Amino acid sequence: MSIISPGFGGRRRSSRPDLPPGQYLTHDFPVLSAGPTPRVPLDRWSFTVTDELGQKTSWNWEEFNALPQEEFTVDIHCVTKWSKLGTTWKGVALDTIFENLESSADYTMVHSYGGYTTNVPVEDLLDGKAWIVHTFDGEPLHPEHGGPARLLVPHLYFWKSAKWVNGLQMIPQDEPGFWEEAGYHMYGDPWREQRYQGD
Amino acid sequence: MSSEVDGNALGGDLAEIFAVDLTGAAVTCGGCKTVSAVAALLVWGPAPGLVARCPECEDVVLRLVRAPGQAWLDLRGAVSVRIPLPAPE
Repeated sequence: MSIISPGFGGRRRSSRPDLPPGQYLTHDFPVLSAGPTPRVPLDRWSFTVTDELGQKTSWNWEEFNALPQEEFTVDIHCVTKWSKLGTTWKGVALDTIFENLESSADYTMVHSYGGYTTNVPVEDLLDGKAWIVHTFDGEPLHPEHGGPARLLVPHLYFWKSAKWVNGLQMIPQDEPGFWEEAGYHMYGDPWREQRYQGD
Repeated sequence: MSSEVDGNALGGDLAEIFAVDLTGAAVTCGGCKTVSAVAALLVWGPAPGLVARCPECEDVVLRLVRAPGQAWLDLRGAVSVRIPLPAPE
């Protein structure tokens, strides 16, 4: 009997280089929710950034849509092991949101209609790595998938891409959000398979 | 400040509690204080985890995340859980 099993300590490798370890490819768009789907009328929608001093900067739907828009194609990876490649979205880069914001905070708590929260480091939201999106595959984002607008941080597991997003709170130290409090990883890098605490 | 004993002292009681069917237990919502049977909670999931909400106010009462070899149970949304147990003989 071999003392060291062949797979010990190794990550499962996919035959596809664009699939992170342990993921399988899906062509569907599974819906995962932690509660009822909020229906947010566009005339009541707003997105608010709150800095560490409590100062707020808000955009209503009209103002948000007047910001520079980007259309882009990315791969998304859910912690429940499905990945969907080549998804096309349209929205506003967080770089644009942060343009006139003065903050020295290194972390954010993302807030959503319905009460969901998730934590994301500021540096993971900048340099073209994250967007607030309102359009998927050329159509307005369906409420089941987070419409009117959701965060999209495709290089992290999809629970970080909060549906029904309505704000960001700048925080000096990392704090766990909804799933991070209940065992999920604070960062959630799919390429390092950071699913649960301690991974 | 430290407590007199560590979490091992909970072991016996927890083993007894989790050996019973909890669906008939009565849980008090931390939000609106409504008392509901666990079986009557509104549940979303199972992935990324089970989220049980109060049928009255929809606040989260319980979160349960299962991972290989471990589970996280978060009951901070519950004031208390009343668990029926067999009466002593």
